[in-house]
Amino acid sequence: MTKKILAYIDHFHGKAQPSSWESLGLAAVITKDLGGETAALILGEGVNELADTAFQYGADQVLLADSPILKDFRPEPLADMVAQAVKDYQPDLVIFPTTSRGRTLAGMAAVDLDTGVMVDVIGLDWAGGEISTTRPIYGGKLLAKLTCSTSPQIITLRTRAFDKPEPDSSRSGSVTALEVGLNGAGVATSITSHQDKGGGVSLSDANVIVSGGRGVALNPALEPPADLDEEAAEVWKAEQGFALVQGLADVLGAAVGASRAAVDAKYIEYDHQVGQTGKVVSPDLYIACGISGAIQHLAGMRSSKVIVAINKDSDAPIFNFARFGLVGDMHAILPPLTSALKEYLAG
Amino acid sequence: MITKPGSQVQEKYNQLSNYKEGNSVKIIVCVKQVPDTAATMTVDNGAISWGDAPLIINPWDEFAVEAALNLVADQGGEIIALCLGKEGETEAIKHALAMGADSAVMVSDPALEGADNVAASKVLAAAIQKIGEADLVLFGQQSVDTDTGLLPVQTARLLKWPSLTLVSKFESVNPGDGKIQVLRSMEEAGQIVDSSLPAVVSVTKDYGEPRYPSFMGIRKASKAEYPVWSLADLGIETPSSSIAWPEVTEPVQKEIVTEIIEGETPEEKAKSLVEKLIAEKVL
Ligand SMILES: Cc1cc2nc3c(=O)[nH]c(=O)nc-3n(C[C@H](O)[C@H](O)[C@H](O)COP(=O)(O)OP(=O)(O)OC[C@H]3O[C@@H](n4cnc5c(N)ncnc54)[C@H](O)[C@@H]3O)c2cc1C
Ligand SMILES: Nc1ncnc2c1ncn2[C@@H]1O[C@H](COP(=O)(O)O)[C@@H](O)[C@H]1O
Repeated sequence: MTKKILAYIDHFHGKAQPSSWESLGLAAVITKDLGGETAALILGEGVNELADTAFQYGADQVLLADSPILKDFRPEPLADMVAQAVKDYQPDLVIFPTTSRGRTLAGMAAVDLDTGVMVDVIGLDWAGGEISTTRPIYGGKLLAKLTCSTSPQIITLRTRAFDKPEPDSSRSGSVTALEVGLNGAGVATSITSHQDKGGGVSLSDANVIVSGGRGVALNPALEPPADLDEEAAEVWKAEQGFALVQGLADVLGAAVGASRAAVDAKYIEYDHQVGQTGKVVSPDLYIACGISGAIQHLAGMRSSKVIVAINKDSDAPIFNFARFGLVGDMHAILPPLTSALKEYLAG
Repeated sequence: MITKPGSQVQEKYNQLSNYKEGNSVKIIVCVKQVPDTAATMTVDNGAISWGDAPLIINPWDEFAVEAALNLVADQGGEIIALCLGKEGETEAIKHALAMGADSAVMVSDPALEGADNVAASKVLAAAIQKIGEADLVLFGQQSVDTDTGLLPVQTARLLKWPSLTLVSKFESVNPGDGKIQVLRSMEEAGQIVDSSLPAVVSVTKDYGEPRYPSFMGIRKASKAEYPVWSLADLGIETPSSSIAWPEVTEPVQKEIVTEIIEGETPEEKAKSLVEKLIAEKVL
């Protein structure tokens, strides 16, 4: 019961989403057990270097389409290419990372190929060659086991749910160029420009996340500039609070997260929101500062390996989910915590 | 079945500052009923239960309704809420109407029990075609129950319309010229996308706070009547599903022993936490 697996390498202008390599890691585990082979699918413009990396992470071969039509993320031509690659390569299983682009292309390709998609998979079973998956539903409150009766089976993997393999620089393989039978004129969308998102460590891929909630603005010791109105004064206080969160994050090489209350109060941009209506993360270490631990926040971070809660209210629900709890004012605790960690990490 | 903008509605458009002939938009908003996000979920004999938690409109879909209302307020038009569900699953439609949608359509058929996303998108696509002449179909980003986020793109693919997903801003919508420009969000960057109409758009939370329904809106919605279409009404066969959910379970919660870090001063607590984190091997 050998398996042919096709892994979609998600990237932005040639820079891969790290979770793409997790698909290759999973594919290698399956094909080692059942036999078979793994191909990486790379679509874009100027993406040859990604092929080398894909081999290092375990691809046996690379299917690659290089064309200006595929340069920017436009779902329609990309989905056409995915469907064509699947028809050519005939995989049993197609794996995407659960990124904004991965989810979109998986869904569209499934329509073209008349099959189903199992999204945001956190577990996979292939006993006897029959693939079934496990995925969280209802914001992680329940787990569903899923099967797909049509071929190919298409799945998207939750980021960090599967191990990223160690790259092996001695590996290489053959690259098959896919023909791009599209012409740009037939594509209904065009990308006029991009707006940068300030960089920083990405939440979904982070090993460590430091998050701030409404408590970031609650520091009575601070005196905001007199010319600010009430709302601006609160945001000003929140900025001082988030500066402490950022300071700790910088020392740990961590990403900065936030509760919805902090986002809705305009303390920080939505991109940082963790939770049911934000990002779902599972870092090794999650430090929640001034966050109460509402069920919708927990939905986004509960699978973190170790949770630290810093909250001045010893009854805050977050403490029930935390490995370590610090009862106290985050504004007083973060500065000494940051310097203690800095000292330790400096050796 | 669909109410065309009546004279009263027409009057409303004529008062709009940006209203010009040919620029009004016909928008279908897809909304779903789900259990409240605060519900405790259990599995009893294989069946999913949310106890007596309230049923609500899928929270993501409120952003889509809000976007539709703002577009129509700007340039005139009509909003139809579309919901696929079991008979009696009326919360999503009622909420959309109470927020200000003009009319609604429910699609309900016992044959759709257990339909997967591809099957559901075939039904939505057929309903969108039956409603007809939409410039835009708006979706929420994803359902908070099944959490798939697939229907917008799958429905668009079936309709052969462009998919504009995770949109936080409408730069311009011009049904007259058949053009739209939106800001779409990706992990690394935002993207300004120009597209032709009709198009499918999924609206993200970043769009802005959805309004609360007004008292008048709630009253109107509670009395609203709307058609319920079956698969036969849509003129399609039962679409086949390839995804099955043979088993749903409550996750085994890992035992968490919470250790409260003691110390006289913040400095002592900080030091003590660092030692614990080192011992826990997470640094
Ligand atoms: C449909 C829906 C979706 C939602 N989605 C999300 C989501 O995706 N993500 C999310 O986070 N929320 C979400 N929420 C909101 C959620 O219910 C909570 O309202 C929110 O998480 C609360 O944020 P918070 O913990 O920062 O604020 P609060 O609940 O107000 O808690 C603030 C905490 O800070 C503590 N505190 C105050 N001052 C200090 C100080 N100086 N030092 C230390 N501690 C201090 C307080 O003791 C308190 O525990 C959603 C809600 C709904 C209805
Ligand atoms: N049963 C339904 N009826 C109407 N619209 C739906 C339904 N289910 C999902 N949607 C829409 O599709 C979006 C994405 O849902 P999903 O693909 O289920 O995560 C939702 O935000 C809704 O806008």
